[in-house]
Amino acid sequence: MNGSLHLWLIPLLPFAGFLINGLLGKHLPKWLVTAVALLASLGAFAVVLYAGLPLFLPFSSAYLGHAAPTSFIETFGPWLNIGTLHVDFSFVLDQLSLVMLLIITGVGFLIHLYSVGYMYEEDGYWRYFSYLNLFLFFMTVLVLAGNVLLMFVGWEGVGLASYLLIGYYFTKQSAVDAGKKAFVVNRIGDFGFLIGIFLLLANFGTLTFSEIVAKLAANPGWMGGVLTATALCLVLGATGKSAQLPLYIWLPDAMEGPTPVSALIHAATMVTAGVYMIARIHVLFDHAPFALSVVAVIGAATAFFAATIALVQNDIKRVLAYSTISQLGYMFLGCGVAAYSASIFHLVTHAFFKALLFLSAGAVIHSIGGEQDMRKMGGLRKKLPVTFLCMTAGVIAIAGIPPFAGFFSKDAILYAAFTQGTTGKALWFVGLLTALLTAFYMFRLWYLTFLGEPRSETAHHHHATPWSMLVPLVILALLSICGGWISGTWAGVGKFGSFLAPALGATTTEAGDSSLELTLSIVAVIVALIGWYIAHLFYKQRPQQPAELAAALPGGYKFLSNKWYGDEFYGATVVKPLLAISTYLLGWFVDKAILGGAAWLLGGIATFSGALLQRWQSGNLRSYAAWLAAGAGALLLFVVVPWTSVLANFGIHLTMAGH
Amino acid sequence: MSPLFSQPVPLSWYLLLSAILFSLGIIGFLIKRNLITMFMSIELMLNAVNLSFVTFAHQWQYCDAVVQGCLAAQPHAVKGQIFVFFVMMVAAAEAAVGLAIIIAVFRARATLAVDRIDLMKL
Repeated sequence: MNGSLHLWLIPLLPFAGFLINGLLGKHLPKWLVTAVALLASLGAFAVVLYAGLPLFLPFSSAYLGHAAPTSFIETFGPWLNIGTLHVDFSFVLDQLSLVMLLIITGVGFLIHLYSVGYMYEEDGYWRYFSYLNLFLFFMTVLVLAGNVLLMFVGWEGVGLASYLLIGYYFTKQSAVDAGKKAFVVNRIGDFGFLIGIFLLLANFGTLTFSEIVAKLAANPGWMGGVLTATALCLVLGATGKSAQLPLYIWLPDAMEGPTPVSALIHAATMVTAGVYMIARIHVLFDHAPFALSVVAVIGAATAFFAATIALVQNDIKRVLAYSTISQLGYMFLGCGVAAYSASIFHLVTHAFFKALLFLSAGAVIHSIGGEQDMRKMGGLRKKLPVTFLCMTAGVIAIAGIPPFAGFFSKDAILYAAFTQGTTGKALWFVGLLTALLTAFYMFRLWYLTFLGEPRSETAHHHHATPWSMLVPLVILALLSICGGWISGTWAGVGKFGSFLAPALGATTTEAGDSSLELTLSIVAVIVALIGWYIAHLFYKQRPQQPAELAAALPGGYKFLSNKWYGDEFYGATVVKPLLAISTYLLGWFVDKAILGGAAWLLGGIATFSGALLQRWQSGNLRSYAAWLAAGAGALLLFVVVPWTSVLANFGIHLTMAGH
Repeated sequence: MSPLFSQPVPLSWYLLLSAILFSLGIIGFLIKRNLITMFMSIELMLNAVNLSFVTFAHQWQYCDAVVQGCLAAQPHAVKGQIFVFFVMMVAAAEAAVGLAIIIAVFRARATLAVDRIDLMKL
């Protein structure tokens, strides 16, 4: 396939939007800022459609008269040429990056549109949109990157955009701290990613994905060893970005940012970058089975762990944040059992329903004046009917009840896990348990927010939601309902898997046992319905039940509401020792004693010698003249006296250098 | 005429005189406390240098450089004399400025003893 697809336009349009709004936005009218930001994201979406659909859609291959290519690589020029290292500015468009791009620019555009209504009254409207466009720029670079280094550029860039947007309300101390926390925790992950890049470079001599894949294909027997080390380093990077154990702690705090940001960056797109990275370089992981099982265990553990915390959170956004961590755990689990297409499938559906849930939560918060505590909500069903319906779609989708989107993708992952031997069955069971918890806490949120009676004054007063917020909600609700149907089957990844197969390899689930698959699906649905029923019991029929349970199990409740003491654990094991080392060892010893001492010594020498030499400057004219005369006399002696022969008389022979 | 007067004065005598005058200037500058006397000592040193300039100019008038040993008059041979004029001009300017400063100092401090003019001392 020749000719350019103008892939460079995809990141460049949001970047132009960022520049225009970032540099001039302060002086532009609001409608112009809005137009620039929306057109930038919509334009990127249009280019993705233009570039991607003719290439990859099944009907188009017949239309164009040639088979769909597996991937399309566009190189814009060399970046680094150092010895044997060659890194190009190159973009790859294949099935995987196309799916990601559609999500990023499509959902991204919807969230841009939503933000117009949500952020309209905020100061720094232009600043918000320039950051949002900057995020789209870096995220599309990350996804399109044809080599690991360019991906790392996007990877760091989205981290920057995330930091800027978490700390958007920069006058609020907690928001600023949350931004810093996200940045620092991601730094730890990025350290792993960077070491992984170095290991790739050392062992493959190249950073281009296609060449790494080719080298691994040429050595099918090359397993484990350094590949495992490389893969584990990359996993560390992925856990940082995707908020998995042990680096999950930044994501709940990231909810300090505006709600659309939580929807776009901290639910739908950026946090899935870790999953995308593993899927993109999955061939390496196929050669490192140990790293793969680590991914699976991390995923299952995180899914369960985050779900338990979500059970008792009262802040509506925090529930969704822990639910995001939990769902990302599912995606990791999918990657870990080598069901990459199931993982990407869940990524897609999750992007739909989680963006929807966050945006609906944002609409609720917006309409009742910034209240986020679910205990003070209730009875909003009648006041916000559209939001209620959309939220319901999202809740059913994430709970995994057919035919909503989450059911299909979660099931594909669980089935893939089940077929991976005994360990796989254990992972499947954890996943199933998590599904129960997920259904429970999501319906808990649903009951607390929308049903029952208003539990505070703020829940009575509300103002209307503008259409720019409702349109994205409705579109995302439809996608949350229908998004799972792209697999074309009741169980497994189906057609979606075969679509992704050129990029991700054939899936094991396709050749699976369909009756087993159906059984597992039914079990999962029953579990989800049980979760719903318990929530119904707790929050609809007997509202006093949760408090009684909490009183009956005070230790357990406290443990969960304190989030397993995760922050306290890191505070005691990492932050405090680090602060102690910084204060005492680095601050007092290195800085004050060594560096300060050296500075003091230098200054002291200068002061001391100055105190001595200033005696020379007597102010007496004749003493100056005497020194002058003495100096002239000394020079005269030096020139006139034949020193060589004088010294020779004393037995000293001077030799000139070089003679 | 006696041989003593028929012989030209040897050049070394001029240089010796120049050295004596210069040393007198230095000693005068160092030991005298009166600003005007010191000023006169400086003039003495300048003129001692002038004397050695013209002496050497006379010695090398037929020859530009020591190593060449040439005998024809060279246009460069007046360099020494020209330098003397420079020194005289500088000395005149210096005298004008220096005397003005001395008068100003005397007006301000009512003394010309250098030991008491030491305001710049720490």
